[in-house]
Amino acid sequence: MESILAYAIAILAAPLFPGIILKVKAFVAGKKGPPLLIKYYTLAKLFRKGSVYSTSTSFLFRMGPAVSMAAAVMALLFCPLAGMIPVLSFQGDVIVVFYIMGLGRFFTILAALDTASPFEGMGSAREAFFSMLAEATVFMVLILFYRLNGSLSFSGYFSGDNPITLTGPNGSLLLLVIVSMFMILLTENSRVPVDDPMTHLELTMIHEVMILDHSGPDLALIELGAFCKLIFYSVFIAHLLVPAKALEGPLYDVVFVVAVGAIYVAIGITESIMARLKMNLVPKFILTSFALVSFAAILTTMGFI
Amino acid sequence: MADLLRITNGERIPRAAIPSLALEEFLQALSDFVKADGYIVQLFAYRDGASNRLLAVLRNEALYVAGTEVGDSFPSLTKTASKKFHMFEREIAEQYGIRPEGHPWLKPVRYHANYAGRPDVFGNDYSVDIPGNYDYFTVEGEPIHEVAVGPVHAGIIEPGHFRFQCAGEEVLHLEIQLGYQHRGIEKMLTQVPQKRLPIICEGIAGDTSIGHNLCCCQAIEALAGLQVEKGASMVRVIGLELERIANHIGDLGALSGDVAFNPPAAYFGRMRGEFLNLLQVLCGNRFGKGLVRPGGVAHIMGAEQHGLIAKKLVEITPEIKNVCDLLFSAHTVQARFDNTGPVPLELAKELGLVGYAGRACGLPYDVRTAFPTERYTDLPGNTNATTLGDVNSRAAVRREEIMHSLSLIEMMLGQHKGEHKSVQMQQYQLAPSSLVVTLNEGWRGEVSHCVLTDDAGRIQRYKIKDPSFHNWTGLAMSLRNQEISDFPLCNKSYNLSYCGFDL
Repeated sequence: MESILAYAIAILAAPLFPGIILKVKAFVAGKKGPPLLIKYYTLAKLFRKGSVYSTSTSFLFRMGPAVSMAAAVMALLFCPLAGMIPVLSFQGDVIVVFYIMGLGRFFTILAALDTASPFEGMGSAREAFFSMLAEATVFMVLILFYRLNGSLSFSGYFSGDNPITLTGPNGSLLLLVIVSMFMILLTENSRVPVDDPMTHLELTMIHEVMILDHSGPDLALIELGAFCKLIFYSVFIAHLLVPAKALEGPLYDVVFVVAVGAIYVAIGITESIMARLKMNLVPKFILTSFALVSFAAILTTMGFI
Repeated sequence: MADLLRITNGERIPRAAIPSLALEEFLQALSDFVKADGYIVQLFAYRDGASNRLLAVLRNEALYVAGTEVGDSFPSLTKTASKKFHMFEREIAEQYGIRPEGHPWLKPVRYHANYAGRPDVFGNDYSVDIPGNYDYFTVEGEPIHEVAVGPVHAGIIEPGHFRFQCAGEEVLHLEIQLGYQHRGIEKMLTQVPQKRLPIICEGIAGDTSIGHNLCCCQAIEALAGLQVEKGASMVRVIGLELERIANHIGDLGALSGDVAFNPPAAYFGRMRGEFLNLLQVLCGNRFGKGLVRPGGVAHIMGAEQHGLIAKKLVEITPEIKNVCDLLFSAHTVQARFDNTGPVPLELAKELGLVGYAGRACGLPYDVRTAFPTERYTDLPGNTNATTLGDVNSRAAVRREEIMHSLSLIEMMLGQHKGEHKSVQMQQYQLAPSSLVVTLNEGWRGEVSHCVLTDDAGRIQRYKIKDPSFHNWTGLAMSLRNQEISDFPLCNKSYNLSYCGFDL
């Protein structure tokens, strides 16, 4: 019951956190910025609207938003939130989760290609290529965690007898994982330096360009899915940051939520102090994260740790 | 050059003095001139009685003019002499139905019926409201994909169509088709009452209202024999430089925003507003409309305005320096700007790029030093340190120009003593059968107006050339073998005018 409650709160709170990013960016640029609840207002606005469909699109175009939203919401089901056990959990769920999110992306790409717009085709190509590279890092992290912990489920990683935590015996390796996963978070959630969520320039977009033709409730579903995906990655990193055994009960939950908030602040600061990468440098950026995790994995196989 | 008449900027020439060459001689003279490091300022057609005539204004270290009579067609110089003729010849074909024979890429510049009521060179029916009936350059092959952008864009910008031929992310060729904002200004200027001329010229390109209007007013002054007071001339310089600073700062901010580096974008956006506000202090309009009028300026710069501008400049100069440092010292920004959209010097020469686009490639041409008018005769020129032709150079040149312009305004404020009269637009008797060519360094580069009067002193032909007319081709060439995702950045580094081109 508690887990379901936590799950519901996570989904309801997901649109709040991107407001933090906007506030941080505005603060650094010397501006007031939009209200913290801006994403709720946006969602409310979009849900009130109607959707416009091009006559050249098929059912795939309409499926895209629903599937991508459902995939992101489902992924959160397996994710332990703060001190709670996840709603669903079984051995091997980590692989299921990342492929469920892959399924969401697959349908987003199909919907984009369905519009036959040259922009959306370009965006799809970039998204497919970059997330393919990001997948390598993610699976390297899973391999590493398996070696450290012997588990293949999120609850096993973070709440078992032998949790993966910074204060554990292999904490130093996790520093590399945290940096890599933050890079993957930026990549998978189309943040600077990989993508620019603020731009209106179709030719430079990756994720945004794929959803250009979606409107109204469809767009709202996509946005909600994106918020859930961002919170999924943030929670993942927060688990690595906050020591599981050192704190108990409600204090742990509070620290955990603060850590999630801090990750969003870190995204805001990253976006304020650096420009986007040139498109042809993005693969190098993603593969750097892969290299960092591989390094950590190699250290475990060589018996140093 | 023996065949060409040497003239000066803003000088009234009797039409009888313009050398009228035979067509072959004229084309040969143009070809020779351009091949010997000469550039075209104006090349246009006009009707004279029953015949068509061509008029060319050329520049190297000096300005030259020559004319000829032409029939229904003439041999194109684009293929045989230089690419500099490319757009001019297409424009002649479109405006007067005179075909440049052998032109390698003859298609409309703006899509309108010709002024002379002759059969259309392109075979278009202009009563049909279609975006344009013309070919685009295509690259064929399995790995090639074509991306069409515009004419309706996602941002609040002007309409223009961009056609990319790409292999993956790499752009092989970009073709730019404009004309969506064609308003028929050149034709209109020969028909409206004289007192509307400055107002219409202020609207040729809204961000260059002072630059274009200054050209118009100087032309009227030359034809009507008006003198401009020294004080009024200083105010004109201040206005033109404020316009330059406001636009350059706005563009540096936009460049920063395009690479997702937000802080300078926000700061520059605010500063652009401060300079627009200074223009409002000067003339009551944030875009400098209503400032320049034939014979002087319409608004007196009194002690109050003088003080406000001087005070603001002292306050804002260090801020500009700091934010420029922030932008140009960020290594992630440098990584985006460096080597993006380069145009080599040889190509820039061949295309005849002007303004900061040319200076960033190493072409130092600046009307303010080459053919100075107003107080520019006494003012120092600028030099540019970074001239590699890429986005970084274009950004660096703008930074240097902002600093230079600030110092020019400071000098003007220092020299501006006492009052000058305010002039309003009146009806002037223009000198009959005359030609005047005016050039000014607008913020984008060389703005040129050319006015021909008939034997009653009415304006017979009014020819406008915005620097964008030269530089759009530069943007297209910048994209060769670049990534398509860098197009918005390259585009912003030029920030060319659509309406100034479309007229």
